[in-house]
Amino acid sequence: MLKFPIYFDNQATTPVDPRVLEAMLPYFTERFGNAASRNHRYGWEAEEAVEAARKQVADLIGANPKEIVFTSGATESDNLAIKGAVYMYREKGDHVITALTEHKAVIDTCKRLEKEGFRVTYLPVKPDGLVDLDALRDAITAKTVLITIMAANNEIGVLQPVAEIGAMAKERGVLFHTDAVQAAGKVPFDVNACNAHLASISAHKMYGPKGVGALYVRRRQPRVLLSPIIDGGGHERGMRSGTLNVPGIVGFGKAAELCRLEMAQESARIRALRDRLNAKLHAGLDELHVNGSMEHRLPGNLNISFAYVEGESLLMGINDVAVSSGSACTSASLEPSYVLKALGTGDDLAHSSIRFGLGRFNTEDEVDYVAGKVVAVVRKLREMSPLYEMAKDGVDLAKMEWREH
Amino acid sequence: MAYSDKVVDHFNNPRNVGSLPKQDPTVGTGLVGAPECGDVMKLQVRVNPETGVIDEAKFKTFGCGSAIASSSLATEWLKGKTVDEALTIKNTDIVAELSLPPVKVHCSVLAEDAIKAAIADYQQKQQAGPSS
Ligand SMILES: Cc1ncc(COP(=O)(O)O)c(C=O)c1O
Repeated sequence: MLKFPIYFDNQATTPVDPRVLEAMLPYFTERFGNAASRNHRYGWEAEEAVEAARKQVADLIGANPKEIVFTSGATESDNLAIKGAVYMYREKGDHVITALTEHKAVIDTCKRLEKEGFRVTYLPVKPDGLVDLDALRDAITAKTVLITIMAANNEIGVLQPVAEIGAMAKERGVLFHTDAVQAAGKVPFDVNACNAHLASISAHKMYGPKGVGALYVRRRQPRVLLSPIIDGGGHERGMRSGTLNVPGIVGFGKAAELCRLEMAQESARIRALRDRLNAKLHAGLDELHVNGSMEHRLPGNLNISFAYVEGESLLMGINDVAVSSGSACTSASLEPSYVLKALGTGDDLAHSSIRFGLGRFNTEDEVDYVAGKVVAVVRKLREMSPLYEMAKDGVDLAKMEWREH
Repeated sequence: MAYSDKVVDHFNNPRNVGSLPKQDPTVGTGLVGAPECGDVMKLQVRVNPETGVIDEAKFKTFGCGSAIASSSLATEWLKGKTVDEALTIKNTDIVAELSLPPVKVHCSVLAEDAIKAAIADYQQKQQAGPSS
């Protein structure tokens, strides 16, 4: 039995795993204490639970529990990592390096820093979405304090060569922050293997609750200091004040533990589902463009442009499937996806893109249903598309003079 | 985004999808929009030269559901109208009929442009005289 709408948007968020929910529930009611209360059992219980979760989260990414700072989510983690580092090390330099395909939580943080007088290099990416390591090497100067490059991209699932980037940063004495929100729990990610100084993660992308995340902050070789961006009671070793979200953190810990224990099996299963979807779409349709490297990619991600079909109309045609599109019509900005643009995907193909995000609770039956539905709707919309007709008649659409309005 | 029932109906059951022979002197073709902007409409009319009445209208549209609905509606409205009457169709009529939200008004503008372009093409062919 299929349950509609079928959820294929696991890069946007994931459902809470029932085992995670079960772990969280007591911390709303009987064990509601404030982890900072030092004088009674309610507080001690809460603190113990937080410390257990800290270890679970640390274990997922190869960190020491003392290196985990809990936050309200990865947007905050990214802000704290980037602002916290550049404010702290201002004397050393004023230059930050990032990439054009980063999440808005990184890009917009960097834009704010530019307004404050910092200099930021936004590295272009290669057509497959990967950062060019030579371009990165050339961009590093004596004034560079921080490189911030994500481990896995949220739209196209492309995995960046974080081990090489981290090695380069280490060699040049530059801090390396990575937004590992999409990678952690899905593919092996280890802060030591990639020499990260700072790493952002979020519970709701790994079957934990929304509104809780963490920042990994390296404590040894070297010890990284951050200037806090939220002032208050000095929680989280002064780096992030605010009463801890104990139930959320407990759920985050459980979610991280499940991902660590089940990753090998789960990623193989999800990859097989993703490959099945891709194969079925390609068997049923011509003129498909996969956006981003298929080799260096999250197992659950497939981002495809269906040429000559506009993304929002495709979403409307498959309205019993929850996916997202890079089409301008589906975003608030009225601009097609800046990530696809950075790959050099033309705006026309960006308007035609759909992101399929498969996850823990998806099944083969769902894949078969979605593939069949997408093939049928794309065929119907192409019958309606003047562009498809012209392309089939041999018209070179790139050379046409369009009457824009 | 929530779509009005009429948009959904036109999207699911588009009227008059197809193409007419572009070279035919009684056919006018309008092609407006641009792929980079996410919408392109092709709208065609066949005019009876004796009466000046549009007896056939066809469209093909690359665009969102509202763009498809706007062009589908336009073809419905065009059939049976004279060329002069067709030119009085305003984008605001389409907005009202389909209950388009403000962010989708441009779809109706595109449909009006497509109507004007198709009729201009037909009139130009007529002025050029019967091609031998
Ligand atoms: C790559 C990436 N970074 C950061 C975030 C923001 O995370 P959060 O929703 O926890 O603030 C997201 C999720 O939207 C993401 O995909």
